[in-house]
Amino acid sequence: MGPAQSFTPIAPRPAPIQTDGLLPWIRANLFGNWQTTTGTLILGGLLLWLLPQVISWTLLRAVWVPNAEACRVDGAGACWGVITEKYRLIIFGRYPFEEQWRPLIATALLLALLVASCARPFWKSWLVLLWAGVLAIFFTIMFGGVLGLSRVETDRWGGLPLTILLASLSIAMAFPIALVVALGRRSGLPAIRSVCTIYVELIRGVPLISVLFMASFMFPLFMPQGFSIDVLIRVLVGITVFAAAYMAEVIRGGLQAIPKGQVEAAATLGLSYWQTQRKIVLPQALAMVVPGIMNGFISTFKDTSLVTIVSLYELTGAMGLALNSDADWRPFKIEGYLFIAMIYFTFCFSMSRYSHWVEKQVNKSKQR
Amino acid sequence: MADPIITFDKVNKWYGNNFHVLRDIDLSVAKGERIVICGPSGSGKSTLIRCINRLEEHQQGQLVVDGVELTDDVRAIDDVRKKVGMVFQQFNLFPHLTVLENLTLSPMWVGKMPKKEAEEKAMEQLNRVRIAEQAGKYPLQLSGGQQQRVAIARALCLKPKIMLFDEPTSALDPEMIKEVLDVMIEMANQGITMICVTHEMGFAKAVADRVIFMDQGQIVEQNNPHDFFNNPQNERSRDFLSKILGH
Repeated sequence: MGPAQSFTPIAPRPAPIQTDGLLPWIRANLFGNWQTTTGTLILGGLLLWLLPQVISWTLLRAVWVPNAEACRVDGAGACWGVITEKYRLIIFGRYPFEEQWRPLIATALLLALLVASCARPFWKSWLVLLWAGVLAIFFTIMFGGVLGLSRVETDRWGGLPLTILLASLSIAMAFPIALVVALGRRSGLPAIRSVCTIYVELIRGVPLISVLFMASFMFPLFMPQGFSIDVLIRVLVGITVFAAAYMAEVIRGGLQAIPKGQVEAAATLGLSYWQTQRKIVLPQALAMVVPGIMNGFISTFKDTSLVTIVSLYELTGAMGLALNSDADWRPFKIEGYLFIAMIYFTFCFSMSRYSHWVEKQVNKSKQR
Repeated sequence: MADPIITFDKVNKWYGNNFHVLRDIDLSVAKGERIVICGPSGSGKSTLIRCINRLEEHQQGQLVVDGVELTDDVRAIDDVRKKVGMVFQQFNLFPHLTVLENLTLSPMWVGKMPKKEAEEKAMEQLNRVRIAEQAGKYPLQLSGGQQQRVAIARALCLKPKIMLFDEPTSALDPEMIKEVLDVMIEMANQGITMICVTHEMGFAKAVADRVIFMDQGQIVEQNNPHDFFNNPQNERSRDFLSKILGH
């Protein structure tokens, strides 16, 4: 032991400044310095000026009853009655009114399948069979002609069921095509490489509308008399081919980020080309481009609204159809658009949150 | 020399049209021999060993590995790669797989071994490099020295006859070099054929049967470590040795 030591007590210190709670948060984040203070004041003022008007229009002065006369009164706000009146037409389009329970059930099934496909316990090989089964049921219910169901041609399908069908099928088909094209553009064989490059550049060089137009109107001209493919399928192929070209480039970006050493290590371990791609390259490449891929999925979902141009009335088209065909309600399109915007947002935001979850899953190996 | 397992006969290689990276390489490696290759950077050392498992292809001459000549024949290449393990400077572990999965990948997918058996064998190898307790971690959660030991274990899982090391300690912090070299010395004592590109002269003195000095794509000098270090014959090898040992 050393010599005895004497200690002088430390002078008491003031309590630390409170750093959590609402007031300190406001002080730090909204009035931290003069720049943020100015920003807060300007944006706050704008909000104070706008918000009451928005609330007044959407809620206080809004008309909720499905009565077009009430909506036309001076000073009336949003006319939500239009939704109450027309929601079945907007959601199911031109599908026969009395039969609309069929798209309802079919879509519910398809949505359940989509949600299930997002969950880890379903990532098994039998998921493919499940998809085949659900799609078979979907088309049977929608198309009818069997089991005492009346037949409904595809040109009468519409609204949200059509949007979801087009989006989910084209995304599900575009993804594997994009994988192959992305790998093909990096192939050692010049023939494969140029075919893939030409495909991507041709498709990227034209707008989706023109692809849909060609699929719908030009394609039948080249077909022999009496031979026809359903317009729904032609459009589906058009969207798929379009989405795949963009997605292939996103995936190629990920492939290019994989260090050469990974492929060399796989080679020295005796892995074949496909084993290397499947086990080493793609898992890492795809993990890197999850945000880009989800971007593609979301824009494909919204791009389906363009099929109206070839007379397939999906959600956006069905909304236009429902309101345009009725002079009484035609002036209230804004409300209609807000309604379908909300539906689109629900789907796209869910996809975005899901992508966030996937990103977390695939980045587990990077956590220290 | 007894039973060569690798023979280079007048092997030449160019990068592009004019960079002559390997010039008339003649080299014969005996079964169980331990060779250290050294030389200045850009002298073709890495290229030489990467030709042995065809990560690089040679354009002239003949290269035979364990009775199989390396040509464009894909089956010959597969055959050779099954017998040759390789350890890289940058480890090249698969970051998205756990340590254990890194080791079982090839036995399960290439060797069609059942998962349980592959995992048992993998744990044996991890024990051998003294890192078994890290089996469930991801590579990036380990230190450089640990990662390189995992990489060695991964190569050993294939029961290779030949092990190639391409500057295995050059990317490591000094305090981790020893743990990797210790593992390599242990391997060297078990009779596997080893070819190691390295500047660790202590390792060369301790285990090498032969040291090969390369410069500008040629084998300039080869000798047993004792004579090579104490009495280098060629001016270029003397110059090189004075640079790396002289401080």
